[in-house]
Amino acid sequence: MKGCVIVMAGALALGAGVAAPHVARAADEPALPHMKWSWQKNFGLGTIDRASAQRGFQVYNEVCSACHSMKYMAYRNLEGIGLTEAQIKAVAATKTVPGAPDDEGKPTTRPALPSDHFADPFPNDNAARAANNGALPPDQSLLLSAREGHADYIYALVGKGYVDAPAGVKVPDGLYYNTYFPGHFIHMPPPLADGSVTYADGTKASVAQEAHDVATFLYFASYPENDQRKHLGVRVAGFLVLLTGVTYAVKRRVWSGIDH
Amino acid sequence: MAGLHTSDFKNPVVRWIDSRLPLFTLMSKEYGQFPTPKNFNYFWNFGALATINLLIMIATGVFLAMNYTPTATGAFDSVQRIMRDVNYGWLLRLVHMNGASMFFILIYVHIFRGMYYGSYKAPRELLWMTGVALLLLLMATAFMGYVLPWGQMSYWGATVITNLFGAIPLVGQWIVTLLWGGFAVGDPTLNRFFSLHYLLPFIIFGVVFLHVVALHITGSNNPLGIEVKSEQDTVPFHPYYTAKDSVGMCVYFLVFALIVFLRPYIFSEVDNNIPANVLQTPNEIVPEWYLLPYYAILRSVPDKLAGVCCMFGSILVLFVLPWLDTSPVRSARFRPIYRIMMFALVADMVLLGHVGANRPEGLFILEGRIGTVLYFAFYAALPFVGWLERPLPLPESISRPVLPPRSGGGGGGGPLPAGVAAKPMEKA
Ligand code: HEC
Ligand code: HEM
Repeated sequence: MKGCVIVMAGALALGAGVAAPHVARAADEPALPHMKWSWQKNFGLGTIDRASAQRGFQVYNEVCSACHSMKYMAYRNLEGIGLTEAQIKAVAATKTVPGAPDDEGKPTTRPALPSDHFADPFPNDNAARAANNGALPPDQSLLLSAREGHADYIYALVGKGYVDAPAGVKVPDGLYYNTYFPGHFIHMPPPLADGSVTYADGTKASVAQEAHDVATFLYFASYPENDQRKHLGVRVAGFLVLLTGVTYAVKRRVWSGIDH
Repeated sequence: MAGLHTSDFKNPVVRWIDSRLPLFTLMSKEYGQFPTPKNFNYFWNFGALATINLLIMIATGVFLAMNYTPTATGAFDSVQRIMRDVNYGWLLRLVHMNGASMFFILIYVHIFRGMYYGSYKAPRELLWMTGVALLLLLMATAFMGYVLPWGQMSYWGATVITNLFGAIPLVGQWIVTLLWGGFAVGDPTLNRFFSLHYLLPFIIFGVVFLHVVALHITGSNNPLGIEVKSEQDTVPFHPYYTAKDSVGMCVYFLVFALIVFLRPYIFSEVDNNIPANVLQTPNEIVPEWYLLPYYAILRSVPDKLAGVCCMFGSILVLFVLPWLDTSPVRSARFRPIYRIMMFALVADMVLLGHVGANRPEGLFILEGRIGTVLYFAFYAALPFVGWLERPLPLPESISRPVLPPRSGGGGGGGPLPAGVAAKPMEKA
């Protein structure tokens, strides 16, 4: 039994260890700041900090969405960070999305509904590239989950990364220097500044605060199931612990008459 | 009433069915009374657990397929729809995705058990070989499944692995084109992989059936590796091993649940959250963790064809294991040298896995080569170890070991309580 547990633990550790991020950061990129995110609290059982995610949505909505699409998110999904139905309707109504062709077959537009997916900033990728010096701003629905470092990386990139290039480094035209971006030269101009947004809840909108909030919102965009998954998980795990205990007791009883 | 099966069941409905189609008798014989060595440790849970895992994969897979679109333009989007819009779609997908990793954990432990306790030796050679076939089928299924979400790693992983077949002389390129259904990995590839990914689990199911039939002919091995001598060495499968397997099942469900609900992305690559892009190769193309040791072997051999041969050979060699091992003793408990070799092999697999996860640069090249040589050295040494090793004295029987057992199984002598020993006979 002991050996068995050890081997199982070993197999798990092997799986986890080998699968762990192994793409080392290049030597000249600083280590990422390690933030304590709300979903990492309580042994990883934490839920998403809704106030922060709502502020983060405001940052996305007023700043990032000028360049970045978020095509897998629908306005109705904002329920997941605590927006009310009325708020969602109001947000959607300010957006324009392509509508059905009119009687003459000409394309039309209409205000978005809660069931619509987030409106795209550009009609197509080429338009997005043309507006950004040839670089395509990646869709943000899964951006956080598609980068090593996840929220820490997003926070560092937009919150701390834009510094003056070291002496002697010539930043090419149309590019910007960012310590955390692989290769350092990024096509994205610094998106955040102190006071880029005015938070309704009175939180002071420093660059660090905005970066923290937008990273929280991007976490939600990548893992919208986070809260539901963990609520359910606690109950399932609790049930299984009980069941394991009962089953083990039964097994002991069944085997009690056997000399083995 | 000629030809009807004489059923022992009392319930008239059961009896009516059983005398025409003796399923109840079969189940009762093979999973009720089936005499099973009484000294199993928890390693003997893993076959049953793998069977359950297979059923879970089929169940979740069928529901995923209802919402999945097997086209290059639609696949990635449909997976996101499952994650976001399908009711509990995220749960289906996370169970299926992590279920693949769970499957390999179970199977690797199951194989370790077989090797450590010598379950592959006569008369269980065919049982073992159907097992190796299951491992190969499982790998093929998992590989094709990983292609389906059509992320960057899906696409480029598929490109690298299918290209390996190109190393085969003469027919290589033809096979690759056949796999692709074109001149590169694309829509037709995805279509056929989806079709095969749906098919293979049912073939696995069939091979599991053969595996279990073979098991029920030879009977199970046990931690002492000696044959059952008398009824005193066995207990009926039910309730003894149904109870013990249930404990293992609960623990397995618990581990599975903790992964699915708390760390569901622990085994996944960030790059697979980027839709497949033909024009942009990821920094590093790595397969899933369970294929890494073989990937390391592939990359450790400088020649492509030789590398491919070594990679496939590293698994195919398992087919001949029963004949490579010349020792008459099964269990590593009584084989001092083989025991050490087994642990060395596990360590070597871990080393190779680590190498496979990293770019073949600097020290990793050397480590990979040493690991590969050691891997094959294990099998090459087996015949000689069998001849030279002096095994420890074997116990007389399962009920009467001459030696105090190591931790866990084994057991002091003494007959069973009368009721238990009689049970297997009652219905026979
Ligand atoms: C003016 C347009 C613009 C705005 C506004 C903008 N971005 Fe970007 N962003 C870009 C472009 C262009 C790229 C691609 C950069 C490249 O590949 O060099 C990019 C890339 C990124 C990346 C990916 C970096 C990587 O590792 O590849 C992240 C993360 C990101 N932006 C976050 C944000 C956030 C968060 C906001 C809002 C606070 C934002 N962006 C606002 C244009 C913009
Ligand atoms: C789909 C994968 C598999 C399933 C569902 C499966 C299922 C089972 C089951 C239910 C048993 C009986 C219970 C036990 O002893 O654990 C068993 C036994 C066995 N399996 Fe498997 N198995 C699988 C893969 C393999 C593989 C890959 C191998 C080896 C390469 C293997 C080798 C064996 C052996 C040797 C036994 C007999 C063990 C003994 O009696 O000591 N199996 N398997």
